[in-house]
Amino acid sequence: MTIAKRVRFKSWWLPWVLVAPQMAIVLVFFFWPAGQALFQSVLQEDAFGTSSEFVGLQNFRRLWQDASYLASFKTTAIFSVLVATLGLALALVLAVMADRVVRGANTYKTLLIWPYAVAPAVAGVLWLFMFAPSVGIVSFWLRAAGIDWDALLNSRHAMTLIVMAAVWKQVSYNFLFFLAGLQSIPKSLVEAAAIDGAGPWRRFWTVQFPLLTPTTFFLLVINIIYAFFDTFAIVDAATEGGPGKDTAILVYKVYYDGFKALDLGGSAAQSVVLMVIVIVLTVIQFRYVEKRVNY
Amino acid sequence: MVENRPVADALAHLVLLLGVLIVAFPVYITFIASTQTAEAIVQNVPMSLLPGDQLISNYTRALVGSNTQGGSNPPVAPMMTVSLITALVIAVGKIVISLLSAFAVVYFRFPGRSIVFWMIFVTLMLPVEVRILPTYKVVSDLGMLNTYAGLTVPLIASATATFLFRQFFLTVPDELVEAARIDGAGPLRFFWDVLLPLSRTSIAALFVIQFIYGWNQYLWPLLMTTSEDMYPVVMGIKRMITGGDAATEWNVVMATAILAMIPPAMVVILMQKWFVKGLVDTEK
Repeated sequence: MTIAKRVRFKSWWLPWVLVAPQMAIVLVFFFWPAGQALFQSVLQEDAFGTSSEFVGLQNFRRLWQDASYLASFKTTAIFSVLVATLGLALALVLAVMADRVVRGANTYKTLLIWPYAVAPAVAGVLWLFMFAPSVGIVSFWLRAAGIDWDALLNSRHAMTLIVMAAVWKQVSYNFLFFLAGLQSIPKSLVEAAAIDGAGPWRRFWTVQFPLLTPTTFFLLVINIIYAFFDTFAIVDAATEGGPGKDTAILVYKVYYDGFKALDLGGSAAQSVVLMVIVIVLTVIQFRYVEKRVNY
Repeated sequence: MVENRPVADALAHLVLLLGVLIVAFPVYITFIASTQTAEAIVQNVPMSLLPGDQLISNYTRALVGSNTQGGSNPPVAPMMTVSLITALVIAVGKIVISLLSAFAVVYFRFPGRSIVFWMIFVTLMLPVEVRILPTYKVVSDLGMLNTYAGLTVPLIASATATFLFRQFFLTVPDELVEAARIDGAGPLRFFWDVLLPLSRTSIAALFVIQFIYGWNQYLWPLLMTTSEDMYPVVMGIKRMITGGDAATEWNVVMATAILAMIPPAMVVILMQKWFVKGLVDTEK
């Protein structure tokens, strides 16, 4: 990565002053706490929080033996796969259609992108209301259709609810990137295929979709990061991790164990596991972005 | 396009319209519920799909708060103020400190420059979620709980914004620096009179993205605030529905939801051009 210019200014103190605010925040609120999390993950505090002892990897071992933690991993995996695939598929269909439409394309774009602005917590509340067992309008329709909807008791229903809310919020983002990707494909390629007699369906699968692979892969990583980390508010607002712990994704569990259950060592160990996950995802994203620039 | 397929075009419009309707439906329902009485929502299931006549009274109740026998809700107006201040401080703060660090990293050579660069990069890998408890402890040790400083300062560091400006500065022709130097301008003068005006578009794009980011914060204020006068609206709304399914005053909650959605949605719709640019640029 090139990070500097050929022509520069000279000063021994000014650059330090310029980076000082950012460095101060990064050190105090990022590095120090992250270090603390690492440190605490190998400590065990007694019940009164007065003393702590070094326990090595015991907190981690305890995590792997904890059935609820493994269940939370599974929940997160199911949740992110569903959110990523559904969100990408729906957005791709809409983007292909919007790319095809000549008139009104911008109007559709405006009408489709605004959910990005809705706070995850508000999205959770909106969907909670529509699907509330006693007052929700959609749950009424579902009952009329013979489905006894109750997201408060049925964990499948609860999972469906948070997946729908999360996808609803993310579709606009995916849509924008897919549309930009489709519009950057040279028209001559698509037209050449059309002249060769390929219909829209065939053209999509043989020309457009392969050329969209970089966008798709990039969005896949972004969506997984989104499902892992940015959906805490949706879960908290719509299901609070329930019924039981059936929609408690990893981030929800780390918050709950740390703040409600006050299990410091366990929560710190979970933080460290999450940290490893983010690092892996970020590395994939950035290694990949380097290549993406070329097209 | 070289072909004319009216059926396929019609189908495309149909799919898009359907998409727009499904995307808008939750908000439509929210709006309808915010114009009815609490009783109408709970008793007439399914609720009417036409607006009721309680619009003004519901929104007034939501904004100023109420404490009647029917139920009570905290006033939303102060929460909106908290959200607005927080979002503005976060957006402006991120832009300012990222501009400064990008300027230092690109236009100076100083020992530790690449360490500074990588330290900023690594923050991408340390989202709030992975350091919840220790960060809470730091903020509380600094006495910043329940303050605007606590709500905003720790979120102001920004790797994405720094990268965006760095990327942009690298495309600024070197001749400008040389010209500025020949004219006797120092680095700060150059920054203020040349670089900053050139960065206007990037700044606008980042502002839109970061304003939404700041407004929509949830987990962070949940950790940082315990007193009601420091709740941002996004967090306040969640606290209104803890009463349970039917006991919740859905009309007021839904009015609050609409109020919480308006500012960021307006920013996206009115600044759409910069919004799209900001989204695409920050992911580079």
